[in-house]
Amino acid sequence: MNDRTHIPAAIPSSSAESPGQTGRFAMDPSIYRRRRLVNAFNMGASMMAMVFGLFWLFWILWTLIDQGLGGLSLDVFSRSTPPPGSVGGLANAIYGSLLMTLFGTLIGTPIGILAGVYLAEFGQRGWLAPATRFINDILLSAPSIVIGLFIYEMYVVSVGHFSGWAGALALSILVIPVVVRTTENMLRLVPGSLREAAAALGAPQWKVTLYVTLRSAKAGVLTGILLAVARISGETAPLLFTALNNQFWNSNMNQPMANLPIVIFQFAMSPYADWHTLAWAGSLLITFSVLALNIIARWMGSQKTQSH
Amino acid sequence: MEKYNNEQRMNRQMMLDKLFRNVTRMFAFLVLALLVGILISLVIGALPSIKAFGWQFFMTSDWDPVSQKFGALVPIYGTLATSLIALLIGVPVSFGIALFLTELCPTWLKRPLGIAVELLAGIPSIIYGMWGLFVFAPLFADHVQPMLIDNLGELPLIGFLFQGAPMGIGIFTAGLILAIMIIPFIASVMRDVFEVVPTLLKESAYGLGSTTWEVVRYVVLPYTKTGVVGGIMLGLGRALGETMAVTFVIGNSSNFATGLFEPGNSIASSLANEFAEASGELYLSSLIQLGLILFFITFVVLACSKMLLLRLKKQEGKAS
Repeated sequence: MNDRTHIPAAIPSSSAESPGQTGRFAMDPSIYRRRRLVNAFNMGASMMAMVFGLFWLFWILWTLIDQGLGGLSLDVFSRSTPPPGSVGGLANAIYGSLLMTLFGTLIGTPIGILAGVYLAEFGQRGWLAPATRFINDILLSAPSIVIGLFIYEMYVVSVGHFSGWAGALALSILVIPVVVRTTENMLRLVPGSLREAAAALGAPQWKVTLYVTLRSAKAGVLTGILLAVARISGETAPLLFTALNNQFWNSNMNQPMANLPIVIFQFAMSPYADWHTLAWAGSLLITFSVLALNIIARWMGSQKTQSH
Repeated sequence: MEKYNNEQRMNRQMMLDKLFRNVTRMFAFLVLALLVGILISLVIGALPSIKAFGWQFFMTSDWDPVSQKFGALVPIYGTLATSLIALLIGVPVSFGIALFLTELCPTWLKRPLGIAVELLAGIPSIIYGMWGLFVFAPLFADHVQPMLIDNLGELPLIGFLFQGAPMGIGIFTAGLILAIMIIPFIASVMRDVFEVVPTLLKESAYGLGSTTWEVVRYVVLPYTKTGVVGGIMLGLGRALGETMAVTFVIGNSSNFATGLFEPGNSIASSLANEFAEASGELYLSSLIQLGLILFFITFVVLACSKMLLLRLKKQEGKAS
């Protein structure tokens, strides 16, 4: 409380006189009115801010439905990206995106979970845990295009060509910090008595962690993985100089690979109307799957916290 | 025999325990090494350009792949200017949203509205870019920009900011779209820190007859100021590194321009546009140096943000 005792004095009309009193302590109605007015104005502004935020959300979603729904057809899922002027779809890009997201998640998740386990279970002492926590939070918001540069330097240059693997690696680096963060938080929610009970039965620590702690935090960890998938499935920047793009159907991860975000980028920047239509259809697909993943993850997260 | 067996088993488990601990430690260390690795690889990649241009890289605005002259002034200026605009618009709005969600919103609306704001963060940045280029920019150019140019372009000191052709795209549009993108990040940090203010403090102020605004201004804000600044820095870190949305709407011009409506370039958008097609060692390495500068700036900003938020947490621990 120490430094907060000055507050009443800082309020313009000190409210020591209660409104009911009369005489010497009569309230100055103009100050009262001004305070009410300032309050009403600011609360109104706050409501406007909320409306402002929601306004963009709904405008963008409406644009996507308006422009993208017309372009959605069976062709989008069954044909590969066309040259301008001919019929085609996004099948190769959808496939490439799914494949790279899958491998990115498969590579990043175990690393993230194990690092998160260290932070939650063994991270009470020493310098490594606080340092890792700090760096992890920075990686969480680090510019994704720089991650692309890193993989370009480390992998693409040494292999000599762009490839789906490079894209998956870049995505996996984006997965790691999300998973580390949620795993640690979720493991911390597991009550210590559970660990102690298992240990008292003679279970070694690795068994306690893997079969008791991690298992009881399963839903939370899964939420983290879903959030990570949601994050990487819309990422464009790290794929620009790792996976590049491919106009044709390709299931070889060692080749440049088409993916939805980059196809959208290329098609949207082009002057062709039919490419634009496909780009909008792709945007609709990608946005609504990402938003659905987000909502499912949050719903699962809230189930978890409510049961505690 | 029996005893010997048990001992052996015990030893095995102890070894497995040690192994498990060390494996998890190794992965924690890997996260740390990742950051160092990124830094080192960028420095190595940027070496040719650092050697060739030195400090001049920061001070010249040539960007000429043909004559192999590179200076980073235009992208650095573009990155800082768009992020500044994003903060100027985004911070008051985020504050308003956080205030609404913590003080005004009826309980049953809190969750849906909170999720709706967070969904803004879920929309992929390329979608913001496309929407900005095809939907927002034309509207802005036809209806808002001419009015701003006519009315504000003649003003004495700040007039030059509003001059230029109404093209819709440019530094201002990029900043505005960045603002929309960082609002969810700042607003959710602010909401979280507002929620840790002890109810006792707020109710005391209400009991003295304060209005809601006075409670927020004189109780909530002083209590949470480090957290609020931390949230703003987090938003700034996001805005600096944002790539695709900016690439679509900033205009991609490597000429230096101070006007808000002029096209420009940011570090991230230069990389996105030019890197895959860049040829020649010096060109590539200049682009990598741009990436290094971006990484360094965001690192500093995000580290400050994290430290401020940690300080709030510590202070909170002391109070309770």
